[in-house]
Amino acid sequence: MHPIIKLVSQRLALGLLLLLGASALIFGLTEALPGDAAQAVLGQSATPEALANLREEMGLNRPALTRYFEWLGGIFQGDLGQSLTNKLDISESIGKRLGNTLFLACVAAIVSVPLAIFLGLLAVRYRNRWPDKLISAITLTTVSIPEFLIGYVVIYYISVKLGWFSSLAMVNDSMSFGQKLNAIALPAFVLTLVVLAQMMRMTRAAILNLMQSAYIETAELKGLSTFQVIARHAFPNAISPIVNVVMLNLAYLVVGVVVVEVVFVYPGMGQYLVDAVTKRDVPVVLACGVVFAAVYIGLNMVADIVSILANPRLRHPK
Amino acid sequence: MSDTLLKVRDLKIGATVYPPGEKPHDIEIVHGVSFDLAPGKVLGLIGESGAGKSTIGLASMAYGRGGVKITGGEVWVNGRDIMKSALGDIRNLRGGEVSYVSQSAAASFNPAKKIMDQVVEAAVEHKKFSRKEAEARARELFAKLGLPDPDNIGDRYPHQVSGGQLQRCMTALALCPEPDLVVFDEPTTALDVTTQIDVLMAIKEAIADTGVAALYITHDLAVVAQVSDDIMVLRMGNTVEYGNTDQIINNPQEEYTQALVSVRSIEHEEKQPTADPVLSVDGITARYKGLNFDVLHNVNVELHPGQTLAVVGESGSGKSTLARVITGLLPPRDGEITFAGRKLSPDLKGRSLEDLRELQMIYQMADVAMNPRQTVGTIIGRPLEFYFNMRGAEKRKRIIELLDEIELGEKFIDRYPAELSGGQKQRVCIARSLAAKPKMIICDEVTSALDPLVADGILKLLLDLQKIEDVAYLFITHDLATVRAISDSIAVMYQGRVVRYGPKSQVLSPPFDDYTDLLLSSVPEMHLGWLEEVVAHRKMESAGN
Repeated sequence: MHPIIKLVSQRLALGLLLLLGASALIFGLTEALPGDAAQAVLGQSATPEALANLREEMGLNRPALTRYFEWLGGIFQGDLGQSLTNKLDISESIGKRLGNTLFLACVAAIVSVPLAIFLGLLAVRYRNRWPDKLISAITLTTVSIPEFLIGYVVIYYISVKLGWFSSLAMVNDSMSFGQKLNAIALPAFVLTLVVLAQMMRMTRAAILNLMQSAYIETAELKGLSTFQVIARHAFPNAISPIVNVVMLNLAYLVVGVVVVEVVFVYPGMGQYLVDAVTKRDVPVVLACGVVFAAVYIGLNMVADIVSILANPRLRHPK
Repeated sequence: MSDTLLKVRDLKIGATVYPPGEKPHDIEIVHGVSFDLAPGKVLGLIGESGAGKSTIGLASMAYGRGGVKITGGEVWVNGRDIMKSALGDIRNLRGGEVSYVSQSAAASFNPAKKIMDQVVEAAVEHKKFSRKEAEARARELFAKLGLPDPDNIGDRYPHQVSGGQLQRCMTALALCPEPDLVVFDEPTTALDVTTQIDVLMAIKEAIADTGVAALYITHDLAVVAQVSDDIMVLRMGNTVEYGNTDQIINNPQEEYTQALVSVRSIEHEEKQPTADPVLSVDGITARYKGLNFDVLHNVNVELHPGQTLAVVGESGSGKSTLARVITGLLPPRDGEITFAGRKLSPDLKGRSLEDLRELQMIYQMADVAMNPRQTVGTIIGRPLEFYFNMRGAEKRKRIIELLDEIELGEKFIDRYPAELSGGQKQRVCIARSLAAKPKMIICDEVTSALDPLVADGILKLLLDLQKIEDVAYLFITHDLATVRAISDSIAVMYQGRVVRYGPKSQVLSPPFDDYTDLLLSSVPEMHLGWLEEVVAHRKMESAGN
């Protein structure tokens, strides 16, 4: 078998295994929390009888392992259960909100990834000169400020003072694509500022590291221009570390948007999760946890696979 | 075109250094060097490390490594002063008029790109040829340089061809844009001797066929004597001697050149086995974890007290693996090792403190074998504490004795490794191993990273110490001159087997087996025309078969 197929299938299997482990961990942790769903529904003042009745009704008296496998079986059939608070089907609610979150993440990624890599290349081209220092200073500043603060600063200046965009990033199905883009411009901008620095710094570091290589000297001695040397000879060898950090940031765009979504009241996964936690809606928390884990593991798996594919030694064995 | 292709006048090259704890300051590394090179001629630049030879070679392309820059003098290429050229002209010079072949083709080829893409890049970039023409020329050069399957080898990635083949690809890369001058920077130094001879011949023929001029940079006078018309001997950035090859080799005027020509003058009388062997290796077969083939096959050798066994072979022959088995780092699959009359545990964990003390090791890279944050005294003192529980004044006295033995002396006791030269570092490593009072020391390529004159000093020291301390050496090397200089018995290894083994006089006298013959005849000799003689001799032999 070609070594690449072997390595990639190994990664896929490992990813699934990890996901299974993550689901067990999430289930186990919510199980370990004091109180259960029945307690949450009836509140602190419920009588023991009422609690017992509800537990019986919800099947909470059965062993945790049985309930875990039932829940897991449901997930494989696309059934994430029912919300305790509004009795709605979780899969349906999550579907819509995941869509919104992914939309926001995609827009932020489409802006930030090429921008970060370009800035990284630029920083290498002018290393230790003012463009490099300026790029580093700005991106490091934005990454150092907590995102809720950036969010509020942006809202204050851009929507309150200048009135260019709405401070509320509400989207619904009746809006056109352009209207949606307009609505999420501010949160996407904040997210871009948050993830830019790490990707840019990593691109810069990965390429600078390679600029010491003998083959870079060979390229320079062929009379290529500095940018040709960086783009043609250094960048192809830097793909693996760059992809890794890009994927890590993409995962952050999905999993870590909670704060930004709350600040801009955006109807995405983050809002949904925060609502569920405050209402102690355990099945929703579980479902959100699994979806986040799947996104995180999936993206990192993609990074691994791209790294494998980018390695000429693996692609073209002796 | 003028009749001088490259004219260098009073070239001065400097660099800014950043010593720890001191202010950055400028130093000069080349102090006014002048020479001329006519079209189609080859000038050899020779010297030890730090002589400035690579720096001068790169200066002909207006290039400085790191912070190195040309600070004075003139460099004329094809009648233009490149010091006064604009950046665009310099880019056209690099890869267009002058190209470069580095020491390590393996590092100088981009691992992510196909060989062909890299070979034709300069020619296409400088619009010397169209991509198609350049590829045709590259295939022609591959064939001329004796590469296998010249029509398709360009489609491979660098890791898919061998080191010797890649070095020839690098030569093709340099010749592809039809430059006027090629700078060869130690192009065969990283290769095994049997490979070196083929690459050397290929380079020599390619130079003759294409009529290109060359600067041939090397530390090996015997090699440069085979390819160059003129030789310039450099030392610490100064010209020592400059003349035609015949005069430099056969009639050197300066003392330094004479020392280079006559290097390897150590005479070592072969000793006869006197007592029971200190080490016997019986039927060792070993393989690395994860490999499905053996790297050592049934190896049997013996080493007598106070003597030297040289294990010689090319890269991949298994000589370093043998050292790993003896030291216990790699437990063998079969066979056993007897040391000082007792059977050694196959793996390191099972060995006693006494086993560890009596069997020491010295490595090729002295600077990575020492903790850079410890002083020489601490480094040498550590085995004294560990094995003999020495402390305080007693320890210090012994450290000073050892420093005297390695000819460095007490003043080195508080220095750090970074303050020492390569040869001095290796001496400290020798002292550290001697501190344990071992019965045997494994020396793994201990002189390979050193300049010839420095290496000679280390070998002399090792021989002297052997007389005083009565220690046995297992000397691993690829260098046959070293073997001749130091050994009492020799084991020649090839592909994991010992193909020839016995006392030095016997191993190095005919009749030879095929491999030993090939190995011995591949060692460059310091006389003109040696390369042609060997190649002609080999052709005759293969025709005779």
